[in-house]
Amino acid sequence: MQRSFLAQNPSVMWFLAALGLFTVVVTLLAEGTGSSVISTSFVKTLGKVLCLCLIAIAMDVVWGYCGILSLGHFAFFGIGGYSVGMWLMYARTEAIVETSMASSVIPPTPGEVQDAIAAQIFGVVGASEFPAIWMFSHSLVLQLLMVVLVPGVLALVFGWLAFRSRVTGVYLSILTQAMTLALSLYLLQNDSGLRGNNGLSGLQNIPGFDHLPQSTVSIVFFWASAVALGAGYLLFARVLSGKMGSVIRAVRDDEVRVRFLGYHVESYKLFVFTLTAIVAGIAGALYYPQAGIINPTEVAPIASIYLAVWVAIGGRGRLYGSVIGAAFVSLLASWFTGGGAPNINLGFYTIQWTEWWLVLLGASFVAVTLFFPGGIGSLFDRLKGEAK
Amino acid sequence: MSTLLELSGVSVSFDGFKAINNLSFQIGEPELRAIIGPNGAGKTTFMDIVTGKTKPDEGRIVFGEKNISLIGMSESKIAREGVGRKFQKPTVFEQQTVRENLAMALKNPRGPFEVLFYRKTKLGADRIEALAEQIGLSDELTRVAGELSHGQKQWLEIGMLLAQEPRLLLVDEPAAGMTPAEREKTTSMLVEAAKTRAVVVVEHDMEFVRRLNCKVTVLHEGAVLAEGSLDHVTQNPEVIEVYLGR
Repeated sequence: MQRSFLAQNPSVMWFLAALGLFTVVVTLLAEGTGSSVISTSFVKTLGKVLCLCLIAIAMDVVWGYCGILSLGHFAFFGIGGYSVGMWLMYARTEAIVETSMASSVIPPTPGEVQDAIAAQIFGVVGASEFPAIWMFSHSLVLQLLMVVLVPGVLALVFGWLAFRSRVTGVYLSILTQAMTLALSLYLLQNDSGLRGNNGLSGLQNIPGFDHLPQSTVSIVFFWASAVALGAGYLLFARVLSGKMGSVIRAVRDDEVRVRFLGYHVESYKLFVFTLTAIVAGIAGALYYPQAGIINPTEVAPIASIYLAVWVAIGGRGRLYGSVIGAAFVSLLASWFTGGGAPNINLGFYTIQWTEWWLVLLGASFVAVTLFFPGGIGSLFDRLKGEAK
Repeated sequence: MSTLLELSGVSVSFDGFKAINNLSFQIGEPELRAIIGPNGAGKTTFMDIVTGKTKPDEGRIVFGEKNISLIGMSESKIAREGVGRKFQKPTVFEQQTVRENLAMALKNPRGPFEVLFYRKTKLGADRIEALAEQIGLSDELTRVAGELSHGQKQWLEIGMLLAQEPRLLLVDEPAAGMTPAEREKTTSMLVEAAKTRAVVVVEHDMEFVRRLNCKVTVLHEGAVLAEGSLDHVTQNPEVIEVYLGR
């Protein structure tokens, strides 16, 4: 069945082949495998880009295919990051505390160890006890479950309330913005239990693998991100194929008509919204250990808007388009904002790209929307058209 | 002929304006029925109420032999009970092929997970072929619906309605914007469909109604003004005054 599905969808096979090739080439050129053409930090950047591509295809499914312009999917991404970050921080701090206490004359009680870990983690916000939401942080399995469950349940509840009331279009977009804003404001509070604006840090250190150099860890995460992107792509391509895809696209184009065909439109929207939220959570859980730090600004409303911009530039309604958009724009962004682009001296004024990059991005978003609605992805369609 | 749909004492008002005023009438199965009336007579509101788009302020709407009440049901539930609706403007999914449009409409389980794990069947494919034949689009199955002519879109929509296998078909101005030849074909499709189910056609065009050759209900100010054959109702002085005599 799987084979016939791939055979029916050659673009999926092409995508997986390209992704596989890219992964192998990067690995062979990476510092971790000895050739050192690509630095460890750039491997991490590429790994992060793969995670952004994963959330971008989720965004494409919810927006480009189902017509729900969610401007809040980065909230789910952030929740995924926080969920895995809590375990990373707890387990690492636990290891440090146990090492330092091991030398004491009287062996510490478990309670003392707990208090010391809490003091280490929460000292920065003036607290010394574990908040209730950290109760599963000792368990990697439970926190990984949170990566999937928390975004899933949040999306389910939010979506159920919004779709049931038939909130659509720009009003829904505003609601999703409010959701991600609320989350980011909540996280900013010191007593939210997630270290306020400090966020969670040191996430690049994987407990139990301290002996591995970052150059190796970076490759492991790069591979994990590539596998997740490939699996996510397959999953969405499968969902969007056949009759399910037909109904999802029909909901985008005329939801009233779909209702009169006997389909419960709200259930379909809820399914798509929740599934994409879960994938966004997984993408976040892979992203932040590579970034090393997560803080509330990551889920600020602007992040989700960028996501929509990537998908629009890459080409809505094409899974590979959104991958191209996310990869292209986010790499370009890090080039411009990282000082890679030379400043342009106009004599009377110097264009500094760290500031002007956003103007360029905004202008290209407007240009793509107005003149090139298919985005970069539509170039492939033209090639296909000419090849025929 | 048994009663399929019965409205009794249905009223609905929008901002004080009574769009439907104590409307009562019945439709049998099988039956072909035309509903005519001047603008604002409540024809479209009547369809909205039956299909669940608009909730009536009062009255009863019962459907089928078990007399289930349609009031308070969602649009999709009513559609699954067996009420199909064709809109005035042809609304097909223009970016999808004729086959995809028909496949979506085929009577099958409608839940997201049932649809996700739906497998194409020989039976379904045959049904689509048969429907395409019936609506004269056999050669267009792989074409994108947006490329079809206006008339073909109307037929595709009728085909989608037939694919739903509804017991009651509500059709809003099917002949609007059609050429005479297209009208003729549409008429025969509707007459054919009405042999096994109830078909209600809302129409402005008297000539088209005459071709349908069926019982006619005249609506005026949200209530039934007259009912009977076209000749009968067109001789009714009240009907002449409100509708035809203008």
